[in-house]
Amino acid sequence: MKLLEKLFDRAAPHFRPGGRLHRWFPLFEATDSFLLGSGERAATAPHVRDAMDLKRIMISVIVALLPCVIMAIWNTGYQANTALAALGLPCPGGWRGHLLAAVGCNPDSLVSNLCHGALYFVPIYLTSVLVGGLWECIFNLVRGHEMSEAFLVTSLLFALILPPTIPLWQVAIGISFGVIFAKEVFGGVGMNFMNPALAARAFIFFAYPGQMSGDQVWTAVDGVSSATALSTLATGAPGHALSSLNISWWQAFIGTIPGSMGETSTLACLIGAAALLVVGIASWRVMLGMLLGGIGCSLLFYMIGSDVNPMFSVPPHWHLVLGGFAFGLVFMATDPVTAPHTFTGRWIYGVLIGALAILIRVANPGFPEGVMLAILLGNVFAPLLDYFVEQANIKRRMLRHG
Amino acid sequence: MAETTTRELLLRPIFHRNPIALLVLGICSALAVTGKMDTAFVMSVCVTVVVACSSFVISLVRHHIPSSVRIGIQIMVIATMVILVDQILKAFLFDLSKQLSIYVGLIITNCIVMGRAEGFAMNNPPKASFIDGLGNGLGYGFILMTVAFIRELFGSGSLFGIEILKLTSNGGWYVRNGLLLLPASAFFLIALLIWLMRTVDPEQQEND
Repeated sequence: MKLLEKLFDRAAPHFRPGGRLHRWFPLFEATDSFLLGSGERAATAPHVRDAMDLKRIMISVIVALLPCVIMAIWNTGYQANTALAALGLPCPGGWRGHLLAAVGCNPDSLVSNLCHGALYFVPIYLTSVLVGGLWECIFNLVRGHEMSEAFLVTSLLFALILPPTIPLWQVAIGISFGVIFAKEVFGGVGMNFMNPALAARAFIFFAYPGQMSGDQVWTAVDGVSSATALSTLATGAPGHALSSLNISWWQAFIGTIPGSMGETSTLACLIGAAALLVVGIASWRVMLGMLLGGIGCSLLFYMIGSDVNPMFSVPPHWHLVLGGFAFGLVFMATDPVTAPHTFTGRWIYGVLIGALAILIRVANPGFPEGVMLAILLGNVFAPLLDYFVEQANIKRRMLRHG
Repeated sequence: MAETTTRELLLRPIFHRNPIALLVLGICSALAVTGKMDTAFVMSVCVTVVVACSSFVISLVRHHIPSSVRIGIQIMVIATMVILVDQILKAFLFDLSKQLSIYVGLIITNCIVMGRAEGFAMNNPPKASFIDGLGNGLGYGFILMTVAFIRELFGSGSLFGIEILKLTSNGGWYVRNGLLLLPASAFFLIALLIWLMRTVDPEQQEND
């Protein structure tokens, strides 16, 4: 460590203003603070005595995401191994088959499931983080901004909300779009009004629907069709859609069902939620609001009932554990940059997203899942909500004191 | 304005004072008809003809137009031109006119046409007005064709309906980008073009 520190200290002057390599300062700073921590101290008042800086917030979110990551890797492997076992195949073809030969493809084996899942998750995550990081570097070098850890969170979130079979070049295009159009054009970290990971997913969702929706993409075995629970429900019998589902509520809760990699497990999301709430990063108002909005809206549909639309008959407690509701609630809607900043605004925002997500799921036959679009719509409304809350406050105080 | 040369009148609106990229006019049709090169091309020609001719006519009669009713008279001239163009399209290029549907008729409300009539033709001689209209039409066409080029090439794998990139649905290698078939994608492309043009020519940047 001493050696490394000395090395960085000696190199530092070249990167400071006036140095030969000043252009590359953002990269130097990023490497330095990643390896050794930031040595910056505030020299003048006000001195904010809070250990929570941007770096720590982002790392905490990544830690909170770990249960989802592990579950994503395990479940991807579990789904693939189960499908292979059902087909009676010992191993998948291609390079993954060669690598897996050592551990085999047994859906009952923890190691085999994790290895098989990792062979899908890791390439997607690496693509996401490398391409996303590359754009981040380019923009920061041109603008002279310091690198921030936010892109690590964005790339991890993006990898978690993709189906396991997505081609890697689409991952690269998606994350490029998300980073450039949802974040960098508005000025970089903290200036974006939309969640970059969701914007990236929305982009490939509309650009390449064949690889992002349907029945073929959710299980990582060629030619195996496994519909997500929500699309099974959408084609079920009106009035009692649940009878078309061959999974139990607990399976959906724990997450052993097909779906986007990180979103299937409500349990893992709840662990993450607990972590985020304990350290005070995520807003409990947004979470609770979205939960109430989702329950209220789905209860309403459940009580109205419908003779033609099977989605009406899905009870609220099922809506909460299916699709990306839990993942969106915990990790996407609570993004501090894109959510409103006023407390009242956060309540309204949460309820709005929860209700919209269920509304799109139930009432729109085109999309079986609506959480992504609901959160993006919520992001767009967030500044407006803040504005109205502020104006209402100003009016109230004017009446009281003016 | 009076001293500007014909050459400048014709070429300036294409890059330095582009009606779409700098003035942000005529966005509606730029989103709607740029899914294919041929519709974009016909639309560009139509708008160019309408702007040039209506500017010319309005400039001819500009001394006789009372200021209080000038907008109405400009609209009448523009509408006449648009109907003429629309009828010609229907007579000779019926298929394309079907694809362009309502958008040819909507040239009447295209802000570029009205903007040139009100902003240039009312104060300038007919010849200059004609050239100015032509230049603005070409500027509009330049953006439309660029956007349509990208949208058709990467969205449908073809240009002017001729296959360039063989699509996977026809047994080829290219996976079409479905977003580019949606009109909303033109927003991103126009934004990118504006970004590019303002980087090349910083004079176009606005001060906050």
